[in-house]
Amino acid sequence: MNKLNTYKEGPNESGHFGIFGGRYVAETLMPIILEVDKAYTQAKLDEEFNIELEKYLKHYVGRPSPLYFAERLTKKLGGAKIYFKREDLNHTGAHKVNNCMGQILLARHMGKKRIIAETGAGMHGVATATVCALFDLSCTIYMGATDIKRQSANVMRMRMLGAEIIPVTSGTGTLKDAMNDALRDWVANVQNTYYLIGTVAGPHPYPSMVRDFQAIIGKETKRQILELEGRLPDSLVACIGGGSNAMGLFYPFLDDPVKITAVEASGKGVGTGKHAASITAGSPGVLHGNRTFLLQDDEGQIIDAHSISAGLDYPGIGPEHSWLHDVGRVEYVAVNDDEAVNAFHVCARLEGIIPALEPAHAVAHIIKVAGNLSEDHLMILNMCGRGDKDMDTVSDYLANINND
Amino acid sequence: MISKGTERIRNCFINLKRAEKTGLITFITAGDPTLEISTNIFSQLPQAGADIIEIGMPFSDPMADGPAIQASSLRALKSGTTCSKILKMVEKFREQDEITPVILMGYFNPIYTYGVEKFVADASSVGVDGFIIVDLPPEETEMRIPVEDAGLSLIYLTSPTTYNKRVPDVVRNASGFIYHVSVLGITGTTAPSNKNIEKDLNRIRSHTDLPIAVGFGIKTPEQAREISVYADAVVVGSAFVNKISECLDIDGKVIDDCVISVVDLVKDIKCGLNN
Repeated sequence: MNKLNTYKEGPNESGHFGIFGGRYVAETLMPIILEVDKAYTQAKLDEEFNIELEKYLKHYVGRPSPLYFAERLTKKLGGAKIYFKREDLNHTGAHKVNNCMGQILLARHMGKKRIIAETGAGMHGVATATVCALFDLSCTIYMGATDIKRQSANVMRMRMLGAEIIPVTSGTGTLKDAMNDALRDWVANVQNTYYLIGTVAGPHPYPSMVRDFQAIIGKETKRQILELEGRLPDSLVACIGGGSNAMGLFYPFLDDPVKITAVEASGKGVGTGKHAASITAGSPGVLHGNRTFLLQDDEGQIIDAHSISAGLDYPGIGPEHSWLHDVGRVEYVAVNDDEAVNAFHVCARLEGIIPALEPAHAVAHIIKVAGNLSEDHLMILNMCGRGDKDMDTVSDYLANINND
Repeated sequence: MISKGTERIRNCFINLKRAEKTGLITFITAGDPTLEISTNIFSQLPQAGADIIEIGMPFSDPMADGPAIQASSLRALKSGTTCSKILKMVEKFREQDEITPVILMGYFNPIYTYGVEKFVADASSVGVDGFIIVDLPPEETEMRIPVEDAGLSLIYLTSPTTYNKRVPDVVRNASGFIYHVSVLGITGTTAPSNKNIEKDLNRIRSHTDLPIAVGFGIKTPEQAREISVYADAVVVGSAFVNKISECLDIDGKVIDDCVISVVDLVKDIKCGLNN
């Protein structure tokens, strides 16, 4: 693999990262997507916009989030020195709000009064409903019927915040289907509606825009680790569904000598076909406005994903991740449901932090590798959300195990 | 000599113009409810009044389609429909009909997975004349050259949101005809407003001499007739697809004659257009 001078230049003007990315949408949406692109390109350079965003991130979201030395986990694993970037401490309990705050300010600049969004685990839905309440905008959330059942606490939170939840029953009733229906809504209501996409996927400019809004995670982490340890970390680890928390942590480090690992969900195991490991076991294709690695059959029909974690239960991944995989900059590995639930418990008992099932996948990966690393290896994990939403899922999982 | 590809589409519109008629383009998903039944339907469409046949290529995630075509796509996938089987259907259709243009309509991923160049070549060799790829706007150019080289048409969509300055970019590389999406929305939902269509078609016509077909939301002979005042052709899809679903029981088993049911509606709509 040829080493590039920089991994941070993408995408090009047409929204491509190598062969990935792009704008594969119906003509009805092309004009609004070009409009979002133009508005974002202006906002990015607009000092007032950035000052306003910083203000809300600091005083409303609660940034910067701490970089915490996980001492007991480090001792237990007996190797690398492990830090958690505490995105679980943000207002609304996950990293999702970083992006929502950026996009809601953009939607206001564009004069859109109605916001739609898709959600899987519900964290993006809650964050969207939150910023809509804050700015008095109408909010409609598409959520798969399966996810509504397994993330009922978040459904309640969204309703409390004044959002309308539309259950999606097509397909398996998960994140992919919610995204289809959100796109259908947007086509019909494009004139007054802004689609607030929650991950680094969708048509250009969403993948790079969401990455930029999430990159605050990596920027803060870099500053904090330099303060705490006087040097860059040796490795970064984050879980990956669509890949926004991972992209946010990784992006500022892409050109640094840091090993980067993203952890996909292999569900019941890659061999069973019931998984969500798009890069580990998928192939390039076009879905939801971009070309990327997808779970699909030989005919190019999309296969339903499976993961115990609703937030990772998506048969694709952001296009920039596909590119980073292709050029060999980021390592993509997979962790299954059992390993993730085990890590969930380990983290709760050792650190008093109940992680969401999504970052529990990342914790599971470091449980596998940290012990083999030396004590001066600095490893940073993105603790991208808290596990309050997952109580029912984990107790159901345990009940099933006890019944078997 | 018998024409094919872009030429066959052009001749079709020339003949319509000569006869002072608005064309009827029928959309039906291949393999819904089975490949055998849809093969049968396709073979009878020209005689019933279809001037151009649009064959839907089913996709698991049809983002621009309403509930009727979503359900139809799922039935077609369940019945084992694949790109290769659709091409075989066209081959069979061409054994009996060398006049009626056949357009494949669908989403990009199944074609990308098949291999763009191979798909275009195979489609050309069985007698397909053009493609409408819903999620391939003019900005994503990868099908354009292979389709042009094969002498086939890549048919682009315009919509009420396609603002004036953008129209030339959309129509520049279009061939065959322009497919104007008459409503803001997905297929088969709201009915279009005639006033808006007239306005939109006028601004598109100021940038292209290609014929314009109008689709999305046209379900009845009356609607087809109203729109025929402005359009060179009308596209009807969800209404036929609904006819097929009415012939199925709750488990998707065929309980009525889908072929007759669709053919009768084609005749009705054709009557409406001719009145």
